[in-house]
Amino acid sequence: MNENNKLGVLNIDTSLYQTRLSKKFQNRKSYQPVDPRIILSFIPGTILDILIEPGQNVSKGDNLMILDAMKMKNRLKCHMAGKVKSVAVKKGDKVSKGTVLIELE
Amino acid sequence: MPVNKKVRELQEKREKILLGGGEQAIEKQKAMGKRTARERIMALLDENSFNEYDLFVEHDARDFDMDKKSLPSDGVIIGSGTIYGAPVAIFAQDFTVAGGSLGLMHSRKITKIMDHALKMRMPLIGINDSGGARIQEGVNSLAGYGEIFFRNTISSGVIPQLSVILGPCAGGAVYSPALTDFVFVVDNISKMFITGPEVIKTVLGEEISMEDLGGARVHSEITGNAHFFALSEEECFDQVKRLITFIPWNNGQKARMFEPGEPNPEYNINKIVPEDPTLPYDVKDVIRAIVDNSDFFEIMELYAKNIVIGFGRMGGRTTGFVANQPLEMAGVLDVDSSDKAARFIRYCDAFNIPIITLVDLPGYLPGVDQEHAGVIRHGAKVLYAYSEATVPKLTVILRKAYGGGYIAMSSRHLRADFVFAWPSAEIAVMGPEGAANIIFRKEILSSKDPDGMRKQKVEEYKSKFANPYVAASRGYVDAVIEPSETRKFLMHSIEVSENKDVPMPHKKHGLPPF
Repeated sequence: MNENNKLGVLNIDTSLYQTRLSKKFQNRKSYQPVDPRIILSFIPGTILDILIEPGQNVSKGDNLMILDAMKMKNRLKCHMAGKVKSVAVKKGDKVSKGTVLIELE
Repeated sequence: MPVNKKVRELQEKREKILLGGGEQAIEKQKAMGKRTARERIMALLDENSFNEYDLFVEHDARDFDMDKKSLPSDGVIIGSGTIYGAPVAIFAQDFTVAGGSLGLMHSRKITKIMDHALKMRMPLIGINDSGGARIQEGVNSLAGYGEIFFRNTISSGVIPQLSVILGPCAGGAVYSPALTDFVFVVDNISKMFITGPEVIKTVLGEEISMEDLGGARVHSEITGNAHFFALSEEECFDQVKRLITFIPWNNGQKARMFEPGEPNPEYNINKIVPEDPTLPYDVKDVIRAIVDNSDFFEIMELYAKNIVIGFGRMGGRTTGFVANQPLEMAGVLDVDSSDKAARFIRYCDAFNIPIITLVDLPGYLPGVDQEHAGVIRHGAKVLYAYSEATVPKLTVILRKAYGGGYIAMSSRHLRADFVFAWPSAEIAVMGPEGAANIIFRKEILSSKDPDGMRKQKVEEYKSKFANPYVAASRGYVDAVIEPSETRKFLMHSIEVSENKDVPMPHKKHGLPPF
């Protein structure tokens, strides 16, 4: 039996089944609750401009960044009031979906 | 002799066109490990059975100097022939002619053979090997695709439609195969995607090879777009031919009968399934212990392995098998396995193929990822497909049949015609451990020895409910049978179901959860 054919254990309703576990199951990500203070890239693209600085107070609806993606210049708006703790990217960075862009405090 | 001269003229014209894109292009095609379109058709069809149509069709595009270009047969070969005597309509895109690109006349040839296949009620096989739309022909090319998709949809469920992907098939072009019944792919040759690596790189900055993005393995293991995976074109054609032997020519017929043969005694049905419901085994061995000649033709072998689907024969009649696979993910139902099973059940129903369901599952796979991926609506597809199917439905409960999984797997309640259970069957609302923990919660918690009490209660539950007799006492199970009696019972059930007729309420169409 090669590595993929090894039996693992799957718990269904507290019964423990000996069975092969799929790659998809083994590679699944454990659930992380959404932290509203961390702003992620919602689409892969390029950071065209950063409109705020660390330490700056922002209110709901403020423009934070321009993210160039899918031939559109997307304005990233702030979804809550707060203070910018850190900016994790710089102008010209290519970001993938889910990259941390800004952290608020 | 003027007639001979004209015949010779025809022969010369043909010969020129038969070379397709010319020797250089053919060499290139071979260097990629690919056969030419014509070779593929010849390899697939019975010898000397191919009749070609529209050899002399040419494009009439004017823009971008296209009027100065001659594209033999406009890059696609169409015709009809036979496979093991079964009539089939076929088209094959010729990559040596303008990269097999699809222009207006190219698409008209394809739609012509599609119309022909539908009218004559015979299977359609498409061999895809094309760079995509012929950009020079603009919206005419898009119109061509649309006409093909429309016909794929209208023919769906009337004639079998097979797509053989033997080259690139990208952009909108992928939707024709996606609309057909079965998709065949070959390692390192087939490539399918909506947007290719180039676009993904420029737009998103992500780098990926064609093979990793949409190669044969990806579509066989991850996306579920492909139903048959082969290592060579030759193996792929064998799979196509084999499939043709199992399916009827159209939805008004039944599949051809074959000489029945007993299963190989090497598959000892009494010894395959372990008594302990938490231990795995290969359910394909149970299928092989039941079907004629132990000959099982599996479909989507590499995708959602926790459910097994495919064709076999019972007494010479084609039968579809759906079986939980305890060897993989304990045989649970989840998003992918539900989708895989439901589509196959609907295929069998559309083409008059009885379905045998082998049940051994602990239920649905728990998890945030499953819930968020829509296990509710995907799981519902299985219930829908079984309930809606009016072909003979036979169920054998081998071991576990717990909870919602019991209901979904072709239970009496979804109108299975015959439900059999082995003595090892456990038909219950959930596994004994889980059930005892809930029902005897108070007793367990208040006991001085909770673990001992739990064990005692689990045993109690097992002996009372983890068996087939409670369900049999209600008539939900028609017969509790010995494993060795399975083939006999199934053969008889299929025989007496030959003229099954179920009236259904009138409707335009139902709304399955997709």
